Amino acid sequence: MKRNVLVIADLRGNQLRNVTFETLGAAHAIADGGTVAAAVIGHEISALAQTLGEYGAQQVYVVDHPELAQYIPDAYVAAVSQVMQAFAANVVLFAHSAMGRDVAPLLAAKHKAGQISDIIHVELAGDDVLFTRPIYAGKAFMKVKAAGDLVFATVRPNNLPMPEHVDATATVTSITYEVPEKVRTRVREVVKKASTGVDLSEAKIIVSGGRGVKSAEGFKPLTELAEVLGAAVGASRGACDAGYCDYSMQIGQTGKVVTPDLYIACGISGAIQHLAGMSNSKVIVAINKDPEAPIFKVADYGIVGDLFEIVPALTQEVRKVLA
Amino acid sequence: MNIIVCIKQTFDTEAKISLENGAVKEDGVQFILNPYDEYAVEEALKIKEEQGGEVTVVTVGPARVEEAIRTALAMGADEAIHIEDEAAYGDEYTIAEVLAAAIRQKSYDLILAGNQAVDDGSGQVAVRLAQLLDIAHISTITKLEIHGTQVVAERDAEGDTEIAEASLPVLVTAQQGLNEPRYPSLIGIRKASKKPLTKLTLADLGLSADAVGRKVTPVEVFLPAAKGAGRILEGDTAMRVQELVRELRQTSKVL
Repeated sequence: MKRNVLVIADLRGNQLRNVTFETLGAAHAIADGGTVAAAVIGHEISALAQTLGEYGAQQVYVVDHPELAQYIPDAYVAAVSQVMQAFAANVVLFAHSAMGRDVAPLLAAKHKAGQISDIIHVELAGDDVLFTRPIYAGKAFMKVKAAGDLVFATVRPNNLPMPEHVDATATVTSITYEVPEKVRTRVREVVKKASTGVDLSEAKIIVSGGRGVKSAEGFKPLTELAEVLGAAVGASRGACDAGYCDYSMQIGQTGKVVTPDLYIACGISGAIQHLAGMSNSKVIVAINKDPEAPIFKVADYGIVGDLFEIVPALTQEVRKVLA
Repeated sequence: MNIIVCIKQTFDTEAKISLENGAVKEDGVQFILNPYDEYAVEEALKIKEEQGGEVTVVTVGPARVEEAIRTALAMGADEAIHIEDEAAYGDEYTIAEVLAAAIRQKSYDLILAGNQAVDDGSGQVAVRLAQLLDIAHISTITKLEIHGTQVVAERDAEGDTEIAEASLPVLVTAQQGLNEPRYPSLIGIRKASKKPLTKLTLADLGLSADAVGRKVTPVEVFLPAAKGAGRILEGDTAMRVQELVRELRQTSKVL
């Protein structure tokens, strides 16, 4: 059954995030021969339209306005709604990101539609689209289908395959942003905090520390390894509760759920709630002094030893090999 | 200040998940107040202590969720609304519509909720609720300040912090780091059983089961594939890190 699918591009610093390309791939599977459109919303972002075409968008809608430079709920609801008036979508896809997590439920509620959050797989079954999503932070998975001729979904980064880059050109339409009557929430300031500048939710590699790092300074060797690997730095609840790091770094069932290609757990014992947040990573390395630590049960590679000896040695080895 | 806190009872985060007849098995599982909702309750109580007012907790669920309500009341919330009706246990669309109908019957300045529940983790209900009530919202907050009708919140946005502003009435969703939830005191626990708890059905809210029927239907629930045991690398530090890097590059191809 042909469907019209709209992908709302997700940006970081006016660059397209990889999850947007992954979402375009899913959009084609869902469209089943229908039209795949993308919308890019922001300020001074029209140059991105071409790239969206090269990753599978047949039509691209550009909504460019100074008020959209920053995610603001009322402004983005208005912008997406204006795109939806130009393109009659059956399925609207967002990244499961700070923006997508916020604006998708607003739109779903507005349209009295269903929404499926944090999807990691899509497939067709007869006239239905089946979406797979983690529940209990990845301790289990649920396949769902949605009723109605409009459904919203958010896509988890780094799970769906990247589509091929092709030599294609999308039809680009510029949408004139109409400033909504009410803009009730404003963002006064953005404070950059990510310690290595790599965002946890989309990181390909994560170096993560637990109670075993012993102090805030104990994160230093982990940060150095992360810098060499181009990785993000995460933490267990134990490390956050002990005050070694910021809660925004916490990985687990409370905290962020991550699925990088490589997860390096340093001094993390592996409580069930932490394992839920990371055990679906593709490759897991555990470094821990305690050979009985539960983290070794989910690890592909384990090193029993002192992280303050192993991690710097690993950093040096990676530096040597990648040089 | 009239404050409403939306809460949910969830599995304990240390709970192991097993399946029975194609669904997640509830028997023998310890239930808790969703940790993110605990932050929301705590923040409501802090504001009440500073500015005065009433804190009402609202939830949807079967009889067992009363335990989570009692936890919130024991922490210090003043009263509770419990919507107990089979037809209300649908998807996020359903729950948001039901909560909105219940909350519309109340007067409120501030609504708090967890930014997500540790079970479904979809993070939709509270945000949908803001839209249905047509009020401003700020999600995943780690700090909240209210001066008069002015609300300033710090928002966790992909690791960065956004400082957002809005005016009351506003809905905010709690993220970790917002506060340190208190434990209910013995006196609090004793008082909780005497605090008003209103039970409502969809009919009481003027809703029909059809109008709030689920939009999203589960087809299948499954557990992740069991992982084979990994390899413990042997040798001295230099040998082990060399072996590890070689494996990550050549076998796993993640470096």
